[in-house]
Amino acid sequence: MTAVSAPARDGARQAGRGIRAGMPVRRRRRWPFSPWHLVLIPATIVLLFPFAWVLITSVETPSEALHFPPVLIPHALRFANYSDALASAPFVRFLVNSAVVALATVLCNLVLCALAGYAFARFRFLGRTALFAVIMATLMVPFQVTMIPQFIITKWLGVHVLAGVGINHLGALILPNAATAFGIFFLRQFFRTLPIEYEESARVDGASRLTALVRIVLPLATPALATLAALTFLDSWNNFLWPLIAVTSTDQMTLPLGLATFQGAHATDWTLLMAGNVMSLVPMLAVFFIAQRYFIQSVAATGLAGT
Amino acid sequence: MAAGSVARAGGPRQRSRAPGAATVRRVLDSEQVTGWSFVTPGVAIIMLFGTVPIIWSAVLSFQRSTLDTPGSRFAGLSNYRQMARDPVVAQAIQHTLVYTALFVPGTMAVGLFLAVAMNRKIRFISLYRTAAYATMAISTISEAIVFTWLFDPSYGVANYSLSLLHLPQQQFLNSPSEALFVIVAMTIWGWTGFAVVVYLAALQGIPRTLLEAAAIDGAGPWRTFRRITLPLLSPASLFLTVWLTINALQLFDEVYLSTQGGPLHATTVLVYYLYDQAFQQFNFGYASAIAYFLFLVIIVITVIQFRVGRRFTYYRS
Repeated sequence: MTAVSAPARDGARQAGRGIRAGMPVRRRRRWPFSPWHLVLIPATIVLLFPFAWVLITSVETPSEALHFPPVLIPHALRFANYSDALASAPFVRFLVNSAVVALATVLCNLVLCALAGYAFARFRFLGRTALFAVIMATLMVPFQVTMIPQFIITKWLGVHVLAGVGINHLGALILPNAATAFGIFFLRQFFRTLPIEYEESARVDGASRLTALVRIVLPLATPALATLAALTFLDSWNNFLWPLIAVTSTDQMTLPLGLATFQGAHATDWTLLMAGNVMSLVPMLAVFFIAQRYFIQSVAATGLAGT
Repeated sequence: MAAGSVARAGGPRQRSRAPGAATVRRVLDSEQVTGWSFVTPGVAIIMLFGTVPIIWSAVLSFQRSTLDTPGSRFAGLSNYRQMARDPVVAQAIQHTLVYTALFVPGTMAVGLFLAVAMNRKIRFISLYRTAAYATMAISTISEAIVFTWLFDPSYGVANYSLSLLHLPQQQFLNSPSEALFVIVAMTIWGWTGFAVVVYLAALQGIPRTLLEAAAIDGAGPWRTFRRITLPLLSPASLFLTVWLTINALQLFDEVYLSTQGGPLHATTVLVYYLYDQAFQQFNFGYASAIAYFLFLVIIVITVIQFRVGRRFTYYRS
């Protein structure tokens, strides 16, 4: 999984010997540049154009946006769209809500899945196998099957137990996802690949089982924890269906839900919509590029694990 | 290094131990007690929001249940019978299957093509790759809004491109015959990054020696790709087929945002209809029956894919 760029480098070394990465090439006409650019440049334009078009529309005047043929280069940058969008929907609040929900979900998952995954990997206790089977059974069930009872349960919890985890509260977006069967399974599998000797020697030295987990095992499991964190973050950040069901008041909305609601209210104000869209996109793009390596490795890891 | 600090932390506690406390500590430190206490918080959440709802919605699917009706009545198979007669369900199944049949091969073809093109050390390669990865960072809602704008019938860039090619203007998302295809296009774009990452990782796991050997044996680039690369990619292809299909059958976000199932139910897919029944009409019982039907469809298709896929999948180990 760390191999995402390494073999390409090996390929470059081979290029001198007439074999390019991936494709063996016999003697051939020498191009001044790789012909693959002719494929990749148009592909990149197609892939990036939607992003560029959001950005362009977001600084156009409404009359430029509602013009055919489309105005590809605006005459002036109209940043008022952004202040107008901010005035009609609290995008900063959406952003904060999304960040709070995603970070809390990641944190809860790391703690709870590490504890449970470790216990399933290392301890023998009554009912372990049965409990693990019950957890794994939920892994295959699509969210649509559980969402209606989940809604009813969340509503009940909010009324009878704690308002903060009820409908229309951010807790309702965190608690149901605070631990996942995938996370427990994933970390259990990883813990089982670690040599048990380190933990045993820590135990001989008098460490409790919790200390052994926190001080010995978790530092060794950093790559797996990073993968789980990246995947959980992406899932939480992009989640739409559950927030749509569980939240109706504007001040508790996450970015996707806030943006969708904003679109419902301003369906044809394209400049405003695109300004709002830019504000929703940029934070995640920034996080993604800063931590690109982790996100890419995590996705590649699930792909390779599945194969 | 860590073990040293552990010993130091454990030391003082051992010395101050009172006689009876030893037993308490041994019990607390037993695999039974620690096992259960480590497992309980995570398992409780999964049971409460996973296991219990799975059983509950199965029960709901046999009830005539609407919002906050504690007196839900047992209704036997009537929800399932209603489903069999409901023309919208038949349409939704058809739309879901058509969408899946286009989206899954489409995404895989785009992903494979780009991954092969990007699996080489040429100038700007990291820029090209980043452009593909960027589609992973966009939420389905942002993606749907952009594409609704791109495919706007009056002012959209798509119709502008058609006019440049002297082709007739289209209604796209406003047209019952085209809307589903626009949704296919936008979701393929949105999943490109994912497919590229999976294929690129698999491509880079192919040992160079195999490709070199084929070249020495006189195989051209196409034959090498067809006979060596593609079979070695088959595990990744099987994974993508299954993964993308599961996601395609659960399509919702893009439909909700761009068409709300319309025009004329043309983009009503199963999950959209399920959502509509559950949270617009509050027919919890009927919606649960649809959910279980969806679950069944997913299981059947996944099992078939694994059974058939295994025959075409080549594992090196």
